[in-house]
Amino acid sequence: MTDPKIHKTFKLYIDGAFPRSESGRVAPLHTQRARKGARANNARAKNGEVSSEVPIAQVARASRKDLRNAVQGARRAFASWSTSSAYLRGQILYRMAEMLDHRSSAFVDALVHFEGCSAAVAKREVEVSATRLLFYAGCCDKLTQLLGTVNPVAGPYFNFSMPEASGVIAALTPSRPSLLGLVSSLAPILVPGNTVVCVVPTQAAPIALDFAEVIATSDVPPGVVQILSGEREELVPHVATHRDLDGCLLCVEDAAIDADTRHRERQLVEAEAADHVKRVHVAEAVTSKDWLEGRAQGLGWILPFVEIKTAWHSMGR
Amino acid sequence: MSPGIDEALTPPFDLHIDAVALRARAAELGTRSIKNDSKRLGLARAMSMIDLTTLEGADTAERVRRLCVRAQRPGTGLPPAAAVCVYPRLVPVARRALEGSPVRVCAVSSGFPAGQVPLGIKLEDTRAAVEDGAEEIDIVIARGSLLAGDFTRVHDEVAALKEAASPACLKVILETGELGSFEQIAHAAWIACIAGADFVKTSTGKVAVNSTPATALCLLHVVRDYHAHTGREVGVKCAGGIRTAKEALHYLVLVHETMGPSWLVQSRFRIGASSLVDDLARQMLKLDGGRYVGSDDVVQD
Repeated sequence: MTDPKIHKTFKLYIDGAFPRSESGRVAPLHTQRARKGARANNARAKNGEVSSEVPIAQVARASRKDLRNAVQGARRAFASWSTSSAYLRGQILYRMAEMLDHRSSAFVDALVHFEGCSAAVAKREVEVSATRLLFYAGCCDKLTQLLGTVNPVAGPYFNFSMPEASGVIAALTPSRPSLLGLVSSLAPILVPGNTVVCVVPTQAAPIALDFAEVIATSDVPPGVVQILSGEREELVPHVATHRDLDGCLLCVEDAAIDADTRHRERQLVEAEAADHVKRVHVAEAVTSKDWLEGRAQGLGWILPFVEIKTAWHSMGR
Repeated sequence: MSPGIDEALTPPFDLHIDAVALRARAAELGTRSIKNDSKRLGLARAMSMIDLTTLEGADTAERVRRLCVRAQRPGTGLPPAAAVCVYPRLVPVARRALEGSPVRVCAVSSGFPAGQVPLGIKLEDTRAAVEDGAEEIDIVIARGSLLAGDFTRVHDEVAALKEAASPACLKVILETGELGSFEQIAHAAWIACIAGADFVKTSTGKVAVNSTPATALCLLHVVRDYHAHTGREVGVKCAGGIRTAKEALHYLVLVHETMGPSWLVQSRFRIGASSLVDDLARQMLKLDGGRYVGSDDVVQD
């Protein structure tokens, strides 16, 4: 992609709109030609050094109040999304796959431009992302057959167990792979009817917010998917303590964060979540390669944010 | 209509209102950041000024009883509401449920919400509610007459209803959303004051445009001027669409900045609301626990 004349400011995605952070904060994003260079850049940024490179985009930095607004909207959207028919949810996820596929060349360009990866790597990431959306689209109306049961009981009753959505789920998505990591995190959460607040790292923001444009044009009701870009370290404590979040998907960062920080983050989320019994699930995929493989996809990704409801019904005569 | 009466019903000051400046001032007073300690006091104060209201065709005795319990114990750290506001038929139910509590019983009457019934029926409606034990009566002005320019009729009806409602406190609903301009709102409020209203109230909550900070500020200016001219204090009640603690605190700031701290009492300012209590309770919990509150943490009515 040739360097665009307009350096886009990537805003947040809340309630179907693209607002700036209420705090007014933005972070500049610099070119990342090689991954090694990118890491060095991050390290410098952490030490408070100003990079000499010219920024290629501005990214909104979400605050605690943006998170609050996003959770409020996701809660409002939950009632109708969780009771919409599984068939409709499947259609909407299918539409997301269509829209992503339709815009695949733009996404490949963006991945190359913003993340400095090769076109072949970018193409593979976009393809797998679209396929993954298709997979979860197909899951929607099969989930009840797969997880629901008729239980044998000692009495003249039918006893059914069936899956239901957990509620509003936070997804802390990885910085790389930005597109595939986001898609793999949010799609399985949407399947049973949860709404999701995605917290994406600044480095992944351009691709994530490009994907928000896919969501916005796929008939996903406003509030069902919220995307906040920002400093993960800043937002994680608020995600962990927010009592109106019913679950949290924690994707451990590849390389960008050291093992110690990862461990502390996980401990913090798990300890704070205990306060109101928030479900916490730590994603298995760690490296970029893991996300491309089959184990980053499947029922196992849907299950953590599903509740099983059991009902008794008289058999009659 | 004699010119003398009409003159008496016109405020003795220039009625022209700069709508842009009024809105800007009202909006500006909502942008202040309120720190936690003040917020805690503000939330409690707002709660003590609420007329907890249910005015639905589907209201049942059970629903009113539930509301009365809520009014007496709205949540940790929150004082009881000022009153429970119901339709006249349910006044006896509220009366019994609030026996021995500081929460007062308020009834809407006079053909609420449109006020388009003959005066005789309005008076009967009001007397019956007071006899059943309503300590406060919310009436609607004959806004059809007001819009047609028949100010005398508006005045005389309010005066007659004041007499019928005595000794109850009389709140006069102007339905500001249907009056068209701030001048008209100020004029209507002035007439209500002259006719003996104890409170002027913005809205019924039954039309598209409810209470806004700007109309509240407009009414506060009128009662301030009325007090300056006559020495009598008339309260203000804002109602309709006030659902969040943030909005409620905004109104308190308007009152404080216009009338001073002595006006932040339930005998001078009221908020008519129902779901506002949920949010006040939620915000109080947030202040106490330091965490954003879950949807199941607070009763939602």
